[in-house]
Amino acid sequence: MIELFLKYEFMRNALIAAVLAGVTCGIIGTYVVIKRIVFLSGGIPHATFGGIGLGYLLGINPILTAIPFSVLSAFTIGAIHKKAKVNEDTAIGIVWAVGMALGVIFIGLSHTPASDLIGYLFGDIQTVQGSTLFMMLILDIIILISVFLFHREFLIVAFDEEFSTVIGVPSKSMYFLLLGLIALGVVVLIKAVGIILVIALLTIPATISRKFTSDIKKLMFISTFAGVTLTIIGLWLSYLFDLASGATIVLVLGIAFVIFSFLSR
Amino acid sequence: MGREIVSLKNLYVYFNNTVSLGDINLSIKQNTFLGIIGPNGGGKTTLLRVILGLIKPDKGEIRVFGKTPEEGRKFIGYLPQYTIFDHSFPLNVFEVVLMGRYRGIFKDYSKEDIAAVINALKTVSMLEFKDRQIGRLSGGQLQRVFIARAIVREPKLLLLDEPTASIDPEMQSAFYDMLLKLKEKMAVVLITHDVGAVSVYVDEIACLNRRLFYHGPKEEGLEKIEEMYRCPIDLISHGVPHRVLRGH
Repeated sequence: MIELFLKYEFMRNALIAAVLAGVTCGIIGTYVVIKRIVFLSGGIPHATFGGIGLGYLLGINPILTAIPFSVLSAFTIGAIHKKAKVNEDTAIGIVWAVGMALGVIFIGLSHTPASDLIGYLFGDIQTVQGSTLFMMLILDIIILISVFLFHREFLIVAFDEEFSTVIGVPSKSMYFLLLGLIALGVVVLIKAVGIILVIALLTIPATISRKFTSDIKKLMFISTFAGVTLTIIGLWLSYLFDLASGATIVLVLGIAFVIFSFLSR
Repeated sequence: MGREIVSLKNLYVYFNNTVSLGDINLSIKQNTFLGIIGPNGGGKTTLLRVILGLIKPDKGEIRVFGKTPEEGRKFIGYLPQYTIFDHSFPLNVFEVVLMGRYRGIFKDYSKEDIAAVINALKTVSMLEFKDRQIGRLSGGQLQRVFIARAIVREPKLLLLDEPTASIDPEMQSAFYDMLLKLKEKMAVVLITHDVGAVSVYVDEIACLNRRLFYHGPKEEGLEKIEEMYRCPIDLISHGVPHRVLRGH
């Protein structure tokens, strides 16, 4: 297994991508799971499809255009929810569909062959380029620094939003910042498992880790470890049996979830 | 009586074009124990939320410690009627109460904060549970933890929204004794259906049913309650013996 990763450059890149994706799983996934915003973290990547399409239309790296699109989608969901007093899940449904529709239009205009899109929809961690890895690294660093600076606020807002307002936490800003970080995390994960499967990486490692601890710091570490390990196992199996990497990673996550659910009974 | 800490003047709140609070004039003074009674839907919780700045009044004036509610609420400790949270949330009792000491962005919790948390947990007799995960408590224990979270800030005003609902009957007198002790340091406002407790422990009564029907010393209030109370007549008549309303 180790030889395989040392031998080929694309496998080395995939390995680095797996580690970077694992960090996102651990940090962002923990907030997604404890704040119960799983649907939101499913909606943002789908809406981000609009950004991927825009990248093709403009002829630049789609991951680069995915970043502002993802963040904007997250903020739009937050704004619809807060300002228009619409339920969060309704807001997510709207942005989800509109973002995807934009993507379809952009891609139609750019005459991109459909086969190019499969990698973004279902992930293609084995074709990650150095420039994309660099962007993933930057996004992970932004996530880590933000969480280091604002972990107190995020925890209070996640636990009890009304109380956070009463004791003087700038809860609206913190809610939007957290949404923005989830959006960045989504972009990190798109290359690994694709838009449609991002939700698995954001939820499964953190859910498995919850069975072992009720301390949020440990939860983040264990989720990161679980995310990295399971992604690498999925990557290795996909190479061994020549399977689609994104789907194999998600299946490994799913099997791990089932095993740990039974073990913890 | 002491200095005025909260004042509401001609205050109106509407929900969907119906009056939720109408023409409220209320003054809360330092170190008083005010009991607010009234029927469900009478606007008691709304009143507390207005004082906290969580609901903006449609008309009228409100000052909290001489400031707007948003500025003044840092001196308030608040116990909501329900705290909805995920019972598997990764926090223990100590960490939940520590949140009450939040001071601002980039300000880490200090040794003083930790000492204040220990103190608050002692006050509500929950210190032995400090490492317990927050979802693994009974309703009454949870309520005490949230009271600790409210008082750990050392507020000058404590707002309690039906705190006795989930406290075991045998714990109730201890709970009220605790409030009397807290009253030495802060004003306490208690929303309750427990008219018996109101008559024994509080200094002042406010009777609220969309309008403020009475606010003043409990002795007169309790006498007037029956005549002017279009509010909680049902509450007085069932379960609570009439003698608690008189002879105190």
